[in-house]
Amino acid sequence: MSLTQKLINDGNAAVDEMLVGIIAAHPEHLWRPDNAPRAVVAKHGPRTGKVALIIGGGSGHEPTFLGYVGKGLADAAAIGNVFASPPPQPAVDAAMAASGGAGVLFMYGNYAGDVMNFDMAAELLEMEGIEARTVLTTDDIASAPRDQRQKRRGVAGNVFIFKAAGAAADMMMPLDEVERIARHANDRTFTMGVALSSCSLPQTRRPSFDLPVGEMEIGMGIHGEPGVRRGPLRSANDVADEIMDAILAEMKAPAGDRVAVLVNSLGATPLMELYILNARIAERLKAAGLVVHKTLVGPYCTSLDMAGASITVMHLDDELQRMIDHPCDCAMFRS
Amino acid sequence: MEFTTGDLKTLFGAFSARMATERDRLCALDGVIGDADHGIAMEQGMRAAADAAQAAEGTLQDVFNAAAKGFLNAVGASSGPLYATALLRAGKAAGPRGSMPSGELRTVIAAMRDGIVQRGKAEPGQKTMLDAWAPAADAAINGQNADAIAAAARQGAEATRDMIATVGRAARLGERSLGHPDPGSVSAAMLVEEICNAMKTA
Repeated sequence: MSLTQKLINDGNAAVDEMLVGIIAAHPEHLWRPDNAPRAVVAKHGPRTGKVALIIGGGSGHEPTFLGYVGKGLADAAAIGNVFASPPPQPAVDAAMAASGGAGVLFMYGNYAGDVMNFDMAAELLEMEGIEARTVLTTDDIASAPRDQRQKRRGVAGNVFIFKAAGAAADMMMPLDEVERIARHANDRTFTMGVALSSCSLPQTRRPSFDLPVGEMEIGMGIHGEPGVRRGPLRSANDVADEIMDAILAEMKAPAGDRVAVLVNSLGATPLMELYILNARIAERLKAAGLVVHKTLVGPYCTSLDMAGASITVMHLDDELQRMIDHPCDCAMFRS
Repeated sequence: MEFTTGDLKTLFGAFSARMATERDRLCALDGVIGDADHGIAMEQGMRAAADAAQAAEGTLQDVFNAAAKGFLNAVGASSGPLYATALLRAGKAAGPRGSMPSGELRTVIAAMRDGIVQRGKAEPGQKTMLDAWAPAADAAINGQNADAIAAAARQGAEATRDMIATVGRAARLGERSLGHPDPGSVSAAMLVEEICNAMKTA
């Protein structure tokens, strides 16, 4: 099998070389503490009395996670290898650098490895006298049935969920309140995706899974985990309809309610296709009587070079709308 | 026969070499039911563990502890906390000694199983690395010989083909995980095999 073509130097150095490039590009937003190369901290944002929001996870999802580090959003990110949770130390380093004495909230997608490593980090922080709590994101509705929400994985909906928690922390709310809003945001955020081609890891440069030409995988995860089913590739409208049917059925939003929408590229799918999807999504939401308060379109949570897209809908209420509208200024995201 | 800190450093070298050799096969197995990175994590983790072990001074426990820290900080992932905890427990079992009778590697295998259970909270039959470590530990505790312990681990890994994953990344697949071995159990059987080789040669 031929190797996929990538602009890399050494697959094993890809993450660290990327981080050097990111810090060089965004010196006004990001810095790294000495001896903590895998902790990326916001220049502006962390301050005394403020809950520190620490996000993190594997690399390969850029701009998730470190792109959302900045004033009004996350205070720091712990960076893992490609598709692998960071070890506890970067999470501890990130928390120590960003801590304002009001506690730490860890937020990350619900994956077994991340849970073990961040839990170990929380234990280490406790020994330093820093209280660390955790809110897992579980927005991928294709990854487990509705009655097993706690088993679902966290995917592109992270953007809205982190945003809500980050706004609450930036408003200087106490840890209890930031945690409550984070959980509330997660409960009201729904994502589902479709993959059209495999990604390949920089270390192997081989497709992570086999997806024949002409087929698509509905419900695929952001690491190439198989989805709920595989079928022939269909039109943008058909795909948008299948995903929106599933999301609307779960969300059960009464007519007149407001939503925020994210049409996300998994890496290789261009904006043109995302906007074609969004045309149908907007139509479907309007038909359901829902008001689109905000729409994001682009690569927000990717899976290396995978082709495909995901749709996220956050069911807003007054509180979540205020959090989503709160200004933020991050290296790769401003609003 | 005595198993010394030098032998332990050699064993970590063997872990590292074995994972490097098997990296792409483990990634391919993981690609079927997971995210295709298991071979990479094990290669990087065991390389770091071997380097840390090589540089460590002191007792068997010191070498195990250094390897645990090396593995964890190199990879994170799921295998990081699981193997770091396993190696710390192994170090405790080996104790602050410069050497031990090589037969006591059986208690090391059992201790690694205990560490994996403690950290991962999985049970046998859930299609994880525990399905190789548990039968190996049982065989070791029963005093079976090295070949029998290694065979128990291999059979345990092979048996994961007929299991439906209920924890870890493959759990979301449900019945689609049937028919494919768990890559974590396959790499675990390889590690058990290396320990058993050391038991025979030390």
